[in-house]
Amino acid sequence: MDIFAKVKEMIVEQLGVEEEEVKKETAFKDLNADSLDIVELVMAMEEEFDLEISDEQVEKIKTVGDVIQYLEANV
Amino acid sequence: MMSKTCIITGASRGIGREIALTLADQGMNIVINYLGSQARAEETAAEVESRGGQALVVRGDVADFGESEKLIKACIDKFNRVDILINNAGITRDSLIMRMKEEDWDKVISTNLKGVFNCSRAAVRFMIKQKGGRIINIASVVGLTGNPGQANYAAAKAGIIGFTKALAKEVASRGILVNAVAPGYIQTEMTEALPVESKEKILKHIPLGRLGQPADIAEMVKFLSMEASYITGQVMVVDGGLTM
Ligand SMILES: NC(=O)c1ccc[n+]([C@@H]2O[C@H](COP(=O)([O-])OP(=O)(O)OC[C@H]3O[C@@H](n4cnc5c(N)ncnc54)[C@H](OP(=O)(O)O)[C@@H]3O)[C@@H](O)[C@H]2O)c1
Repeated sequence: MDIFAKVKEMIVEQLGVEEEEVKKETAFKDLNADSLDIVELVMAMEEEFDLEISDEQVEKIKTVGDVIQYLEANV
Repeated sequence: MMSKTCIITGASRGIGREIALTLADQGMNIVINYLGSQARAEETAAEVESRGGQALVVRGDVADFGESEKLIKACIDKFNRVDILINNAGITRDSLIMRMKEEDWDKVISTNLKGVFNCSRAAVRFMIKQKGGRIINIASVVGLTGNPGQANYAAAKAGIIGFTKALAKEVASRGILVNAVAPGYIQTEMTEALPVESKEKILKHIPLGRLGQPADIAEMVKFLSMEASYITGQVMVVDGGLTM
């Protein structure tokens, strides 16, 4: 499974941003994601990838790449 | 226009039942939750349907996290959405603090306060996805003023008010409005238990000179659930002037 493609798709849907804006080095704050958006994204990912992402992990997530890295290590 | 869908906890009788009928008159789909009074919940449902609303009856203890989630899920499964959640289920277990059993404290807090958390938590994620919704929590003037013999109840109702404001701030950006209604003394089975003398005493303190009726509360709930697009995080006191 191409995790990056899937995550990108979810971010585009959740945040209503353009696909080109979502790169590995993109920070969520630059996508104008507020705290509710992040919670929603995390919950959607937990569902999609069937895992749990703890609040401590969520705190550490700053960029799209951080998410990919976490998912690749845990899926 | 598509019918709105509303979940009312504790709608088998009393204030919850009246809210169900009032909103059914507006053509809403109503999910009627109850705990013990099955026949009366079904009677409420029949009345909702005779007024042109669709009804779904769901048994479930709001004090139970899992059962509350199931309640919200049952609504989504049937109606595909939840526009309005009315947290109305509530109980009393009155006694003076020194005589209050731990169980009476726990029971009232878990039904009246945790129940509001349980149902709101489950409903809010669907409302966020829908980008809108309303949550109305039935508190009490006792949560504002206190009342001897009701420390557990007063604490739970005051807790609901704090919860209402916190949640209102969390979800305002998603178009979800969260308010509380604080009824005064309303004639239901809950207040029927009071001795006649204390009812007369209360009556003396109500400027409008009568006890409230469930319809007085339902009217406010209707306003908050269908109109009132610029009100959130508020406590609407409906008490005939008792606490002014
Ligand atoms: N009456 C008043 O003067 C007054 C004043 C201020 C605030 N309030 C508040 O208004 C709300 C409604 O009161 P009311 O006077 O209509 O009371 P009520 O006539 O005693 O009805 C209470 C309702 O709550 C349900 N319920 C109780 N525990 C439940 C649980 N654990 N899970 C799900 N449902 C549960 C009951 O269902 P079952 O019968 O099926 O168990 C019933 O439908 C309460 O929150 C109450 O605190 C009332």
